[in-house]
Amino acid sequence: MSAVGRESEHPHAPRGPARPVLPAPARSRLASAVRDSAVTAALAFGLFLPLIGFETVTNIRNEVTLQTRWPLLFAITAAMGFGRMFYTLTLEPAIRRRALRAAGAPSAWRARAGRLFVPSAIAFIILYPAVVLLLTGASGALKWIDNFGIQILIYVMLGWGLNIVVGLAGLLDLGYVAFYAVGAYSYALLAKTFGLAFWILLPLAGILASFWGILLGFPVLRLRGDYLAIVTLAFGEIIRIVIVNWVDLTNGYAGIGGIPRPTFFGIPFSADDDGFAAVFGLEFSPLHRTIFLYYIILALALLTAYVTVRLRRLPVGRAWEALREDEIACRSLGINTTNTKLTAFAMGAMFAGFAGSFFAARQGFISPESFTFIESATILSIVVLGGMGSQIGVAIAAVVMIGGTEIMRELDFLKDVFGQTFDPTQYRMLLFGFAMVVIMVVRPRGLISTREPSVFLHERKTISAELVKEGRG
Amino acid sequence: MEVFLQQLINGVTLGSIYGLIAIGYTMVFGIIGMVNFAHGDVFMVSAFVALIAFLLLTAWAGISSIPVALLIVLAVAMFFTSLVNWVIERVAYRPLRGSFRLAPLISAIGMSIFLSNFVQVTQGPRNKSIPPMVQGEIVLYRHNHYPVTLSYKQLVIWVVTAALLACFWYLVAKTKLGRAQRACEQDQKMAALVGVDVDRTISMTFVIAAALAAVAGTMYLMYYGVVSFSDGFVPGVKAFTAAVLGGIGSLPGAVVGGLLIGLIETFWSAYFSIDYKDVAAFSVLAITLIFLPQGLFGRPDVEKV
Repeated sequence: MSAVGRESEHPHAPRGPARPVLPAPARSRLASAVRDSAVTAALAFGLFLPLIGFETVTNIRNEVTLQTRWPLLFAITAAMGFGRMFYTLTLEPAIRRRALRAAGAPSAWRARAGRLFVPSAIAFIILYPAVVLLLTGASGALKWIDNFGIQILIYVMLGWGLNIVVGLAGLLDLGYVAFYAVGAYSYALLAKTFGLAFWILLPLAGILASFWGILLGFPVLRLRGDYLAIVTLAFGEIIRIVIVNWVDLTNGYAGIGGIPRPTFFGIPFSADDDGFAAVFGLEFSPLHRTIFLYYIILALALLTAYVTVRLRRLPVGRAWEALREDEIACRSLGINTTNTKLTAFAMGAMFAGFAGSFFAARQGFISPESFTFIESATILSIVVLGGMGSQIGVAIAAVVMIGGTEIMRELDFLKDVFGQTFDPTQYRMLLFGFAMVVIMVVRPRGLISTREPSVFLHERKTISAELVKEGRG
Repeated sequence: MEVFLQQLINGVTLGSIYGLIAIGYTMVFGIIGMVNFAHGDVFMVSAFVALIAFLLLTAWAGISSIPVALLIVLAVAMFFTSLVNWVIERVAYRPLRGSFRLAPLISAIGMSIFLSNFVQVTQGPRNKSIPPMVQGEIVLYRHNHYPVTLSYKQLVIWVVTAALLACFWYLVAKTKLGRAQRACEQDQKMAALVGVDVDRTISMTFVIAAALAAVAGTMYLMYYGVVSFSDGFVPGVKAFTAAVLGGIGSLPGAVVGGLLIGLIETFWSAYFSIDYKDVAAFSVLAITLIFLPQGLFGRPDVEKV
């Protein structure tokens, strides 16, 4: 019997907030809160004793020595203990009360808000650069448009691309960044070697990436679930290692610099006389290019979303979702599962290729560092955290996860709280990993827990995500 | 021939480390059907705990006897790593048991990112190196001035791995806990019906997996003398490869797979290209899964409609 199959055959009762609620006298609740917090504090002390209690410091003679950090250790232990007590006394009863209130049909107000959400969100992101310019002025806007706008939109696009593979076709891909890398390197190498323009290379990069998607898709057709995830991870790493070691072509770790930037219908964004600013009679500002790039990636991301929405209504899109729901039934009905899987891989890879070539054009410099496994994990987690198959969910997850980690760079006021040596940016990935765990534990089905089936009988309605299968790869 | 013998010795040493980590993957996969992505980082954490314990013992407690120090380091690393993995299971995986399949995987990836960054933040991003714990070597055979040597540290790794595997085999094959584990692996509901505490058994599986990873971590630290926060991922993936190669769910398979991966990697580095040694391991992973998905010792995966 398959190990994976067993889970679905014997579902355990869900734990946590769904437990039957027994009214407990306040006295015993306090006692149990004290006991819980003591246990938590003891565990925290044990957990953090080696790694926080002691710090390994390399001294001048390059020897590693130990220093103690008892105050920090005790502070963290105490914080965990009191945090636990706070949770047991205040949050837990609140969560239970909420669980008791039966989750009925969503209210009319919510439904209306849901309908208005997408158009207003799109309107907001189209107006975003203008809003930022108004609020922060030209000097601050660059950071907000580039670090937040463009960065988040790249991940939204990648998330939507991977959503085709994972969310629609149910194929778990942990090596998605490989196609992003193929796109980026295709653009960088072809643009530098042959001097081709961004708009010619963009489709070319997409085609090359989807070619690789098919190439890597072939061997994994028979694999399912976790195995598929691991093999795609291996392929992703192999591509990265080849990029690192094939120095003649890719320049290895040093990366490729001086990649040509996109032009505005042939007009470069430079300070020269024939540059964008001069032609349009504006004062030169790096903002012009940033805003232009912002709209390119916005258009690309919206294209991805639009194509996905349309594809879901085509036979191939329906075949993807059928494949996710039940591969055997799919085959029995005469759907060619090989072609269905390969088209999903190719489509997903193509959008990654677009995003990759945009990334190379935006940065002007690429190196293998940008295409590590962590990127794949980030993109997959955006798809799963958002709610697989839900495009709005993926976009929200990208904003939360990427925007959240980017905002860590801006929290300089924390230095006043924790002292000048405190560097919030260090904690970005730490919190990122932590957030992944927390969101999964709280909402295993992702942030958006409803889906809209593309095929329906009589009337269109949303259904719970629980009813959608996740596919077995 | 000399090179071959020397690489064989090196490969078996590396393979023992991979085998110890691979057992953790295979046990967890066998019992709850999840790829414990964070296991490689648990291994890295154990190497750091061992590093700190070693520094404490030598610099502060002034223990000069290496065997005693090594034993204490091993015990300390096993204890703290088990605690870490026990808490991880409670916090990040248990609430997701019986939930949809991707949730624990994402949770484990998150845990993996969290652990490596936690170590980076608390211990700094630099490589941490220690003075060699065990020195000296035995020259087994000399030909044309090229000696084939077995260093004492390699010997220590072999002995410790063999001893721990014997203990582990006893635990799984002969004790009540081992029986409960095998029962849960076959059918959790049935095991619960006959009075096996499934939750506790799964917790203990994570504890044992972490203890073996801690042995691997200590051995890794002793062998290479250096560890950094990012050292969890690649050994983790290779150990997972080993588990898959041996047939995931099969305990002897994990050890054999570990040895094979160790040998493949060292021979590849010696005879082909050291730059592409990771490619060799990853290719083995892909080829095994594609052509022999049940691995060497695994049971074939039959899907019923």
